[in-house]
Amino acid sequence: MPWILMLLVAVILPWLFRDYTHGRDNGFMTAMFSQMGMMIIFALSYNMLMGEAGLLSFCHAVFFGFGGYCVAHFLNAIVVWVPLELLPLVGGVCGLALAMIFGAMATKQRTTAFAMITFGIGELAVTAAIMFQHFFGGESGITTDRQNASSLFGINYAHGLQVYYLVVAWTLVAALGMYYLRGTPLGRMANACRDNYERAQFVGYDPRMVRFLQFALSGLFAGIAGGLYCITYEIVTYDAVNAPLSGNALLMAFIGGVGSFSGPVIGAILITALQSGLSLMSNSWLVYVGLLFIAMVTFAPTGITGILHAHAPIVRNRRLAALAVPYGRLMLPILVVLVGFVFLVEMLSFVTIGAAEGKTIDIFGLTPDVYAPLPWVAMVAGTAIGIAWLRWEARRFFVVWDGLMTEIAPVAR
Amino acid sequence: MTAPNLQLRDVRKSFGPTEIIRGVTLDIAAGQRHALIGPNGAGKTTLFNLISGRFAVTSGEITLDGTRLDTLPPHRINRLGLSRSFQITSIFHRLSVLENLRCALLWSRGYRYSFWQTLTRQTALNEAAERLLEDINLTSRRDIQAGLLSYAEQRALEIGMTVAGNATAILLDEPTAGMSNTETEYAIAMIRRLTEGKTLLMVEHDMRVVFDLADTITVLVYGEVIASGPPAAIRANRTVQEAYLGAEAA
Repeated sequence: MPWILMLLVAVILPWLFRDYTHGRDNGFMTAMFSQMGMMIIFALSYNMLMGEAGLLSFCHAVFFGFGGYCVAHFLNAIVVWVPLELLPLVGGVCGLALAMIFGAMATKQRTTAFAMITFGIGELAVTAAIMFQHFFGGESGITTDRQNASSLFGINYAHGLQVYYLVVAWTLVAALGMYYLRGTPLGRMANACRDNYERAQFVGYDPRMVRFLQFALSGLFAGIAGGLYCITYEIVTYDAVNAPLSGNALLMAFIGGVGSFSGPVIGAILITALQSGLSLMSNSWLVYVGLLFIAMVTFAPTGITGILHAHAPIVRNRRLAALAVPYGRLMLPILVVLVGFVFLVEMLSFVTIGAAEGKTIDIFGLTPDVYAPLPWVAMVAGTAIGIAWLRWEARRFFVVWDGLMTEIAPVAR
Repeated sequence: MTAPNLQLRDVRKSFGPTEIIRGVTLDIAAGQRHALIGPNGAGKTTLFNLISGRFAVTSGEITLDGTRLDTLPPHRINRLGLSRSFQITSIFHRLSVLENLRCALLWSRGYRYSFWQTLTRQTALNEAAERLLEDINLTSRRDIQAGLLSYAEQRALEIGMTVAGNATAILLDEPTAGMSNTETEYAIAMIRRLTEGKTLLMVEHDMRVVFDLADTITVLVYGEVIASGPPAAIRANRTVQEAYLGAEAA
């Protein structure tokens, strides 16, 4: 059911933003939705390592980017006939092949050592991308034209919407594939090795082999996402293999929640929306994304889905209404902290960068005088008071929460 | 499926300059229930770790029905039909009780690293897991995360996982440690039932359990076997009484 619902939403979504008076699609939104689709695949494939197998990887973008580069070269020098609809699979196979090579190295270890090896692999890939001009095209990357390929259905893919639906189709296929993998013997043993690799050995499994296969398969899906990236943007630069993108995978999976299948999906949608939306509004958007990450890891390490999941017993017992007022009371101090903090960041950003660029300051329609002490003092005080207030409200909130939990605990058992 | 015999020939293990296991030779006959006793630090768990492949031997030979074990990694030893439990409970704590048992069954049922079959559709596998769940009396805890079980329940699950994979040689490391009297009695009955017709080697501190369950008892002191024989002979053995039993019985 949630699958069909998601698919329906994905199909309808671009039409909600269409400009019907001029008969034009909203190109920005369609592009953002396409980006969300490939990031969903990317984040889900990352969670095959992080959530399912307990492996913290810092090189996941390598397989994404390599898939993208391979598809770009494939499009530029078509030797074998492959329709555009199946090209992401070419990216996937290339991602799989590279993940098998690097995976053989990295999966020899687990935990911190594994993370360090993947970090090295990530650095290696970036260096290679700059050094080997023929394959990676240096700083300008490799450009291509998706119309070089033919189509199974006679579609020319000149239109962003056509590409979007290709992305939707592949997102569905890839997500279904990864969902299926969770329920297989390999998927279950990946969980088992995550929990207790030694026990896994004593029930007959080689944890290294489990890690290797899981790593290789996650490379397959990352490559598919990379192939879609290439088809969508018709250019692949070394940003696609670079560390920030690998970090993004971690960010999306973690903020969404690594403990469930839907977590990375939610994380991918949210982070992509923030990147597209916030970056239009503010120069310092990365500060906010970073702060969101820190806040989530500190206060809600189970991610958004983890928070939602914690409410399940309350919903089952029809007691959600009891939390309405405590949540409402939390919102006010959160708003105060946010406003104070946003003002501080924006004023600081204006003083250091914006003013030199000759811009005028505009925060929520207000124009504070950044060279007078008053706005600074007010905002520092506001933020500080907001934090103290929030802590106080949070304590009250958890009193109510704990009360609810003990109230329904016998029923839940 | 016949029970195998397990043989240790002059097995030694050193950690740095310290020799922990100092030449152990032991014959565990097929189908026997063999108990390994000895004071703390005698090397009982180390011996288990050597047999199951967790540690590499320094010298000596360990064979299961004539097949060398001491050169193999743990998962290969397990595939030959030797399974072990741990003194400190070792389970997949974030998986459900049923999933734990299912994981323990997978390899022996030939699933290997399959990523093309759905677990929920494997009727025979799931029935076997459910049966095992009944055997260890955890049916009511079927879908609970294993990490949330009580201590005794976790020990039961651990034994269930150890016997799950058709292993014919079973090593149990203090299966009743930390259990109450009733829990111990229950666990003994369960072990007796589940290891029927298999070769069993167990470390145990509780002498009632040892004399109740074992066909043969081996006494290990400071990495050396000081006596081995049927319970009555061990009870009467003067060296054993002096070195070990006497102190406990007093």
